[in-house]
Amino acid sequence: MSESNEAMITITINGEERGVPVGLTIGGLLAHLDLHERLVVVERNREIIRREDFGEVGVDAGDAFELVHFVGGG
Amino acid sequence: MTVAADRLAARDEPLEIAGRQFRSRLILGTGKYKDNETMVEAITASGAEIITVAVRRVDLDRTKEKGVLYHLDQEKWSLLPNTAGCYSAEDAIRYAELGRAAGFTDWIKLEVIGDEDTLLPDVEGLLQAARILVAEGFKVLAYTNEDLITALKLEDVGVSAVMPLASPIGSGLGLLNPFNIRLIKSRLGVPVIVDAGVGTASDACMTMEQGVDGILMNTAIAAAEDPVAMALAMKQATEAGRLAYLAGRMPKREQAVPSSPTTGMLD
Repeated sequence: MSESNEAMITITINGEERGVPVGLTIGGLLAHLDLHERLVVVERNREIIRREDFGEVGVDAGDAFELVHFVGGG
Repeated sequence: MTVAADRLAARDEPLEIAGRQFRSRLILGTGKYKDNETMVEAITASGAEIITVAVRRVDLDRTKEKGVLYHLDQEKWSLLPNTAGCYSAEDAIRYAELGRAAGFTDWIKLEVIGDEDTLLPDVEGLLQAARILVAEGFKVLAYTNEDLITALKLEDVGVSAVMPLASPIGSGLGLLNPFNIRLIKSRLGVPVIVDAGVGTASDACMTMEQGVDGILMNTAIAAAEDPVAMALAMKQATEAGRLAYLAGRMPKREQAVPSSPTTGMLD
């Protein structure tokens, strides 16, 4: 999936461990996962990250993310 | 005929929740539809202006559906995120905050469930979460039991609407306790929206005849054989029930009273 010489870190996304390239911002993480940032809400280590901060906040090894969106419900 | 109908419709005031006005008194859930096209058609047929959505994890492997917002025009419908599936005040607050962070609304349909089999509300957790969310600036529409005291406490806490159940979520058992629903409506200043339990059009009509401000439903439409037809039936039943309430029903009598003159009969 990734280049062999690319440094990776392990984070948890929606309860599952994943390897992602080192040095991503949250915006970069969403792009890496091919998600539209306009519709996704990001919680990092139980703290909601505002959309305007996606380009600023970095992704660190061991971070736990919840990526949520709206689905059908009553 | 059309003129008379328009005049009667104009007699009713719009439904007002948290300072916003709506023509439709029907709020629709978006869960359990067999496909998104049917969902959109049904919502359109119902005339609903407010629709509920749930907050869930994104499916990272794309094996399932995209988020519901890909199919719903937010210009057309006001979104009401819910806290369905939350069993504690803490969880409900977390989901509410995630829903608000999506950036569409600060309204929340607050559910704190107390029991998996009945999905009946946990009143203690509900009041606790409502108090905190109101303080955080949310417009809280609280799903609750058909219990006057809880309804009064919710109003006191500052919720924007109290939403007592007709019967358990998804049961389709209809309005089990019209007396309690009338009682709640008679004592509250905030809108009373009956949420959950309606099964078919007559249930919706009977519910609106109690004088409540609106109805929220999902399964009755989504699980009907023809959801779009049921959505239209629910629209008409909600309007009929509302109009019957405004019209004021005749008194009930234990004995028959003839409708035709008793004089002028032949010998």
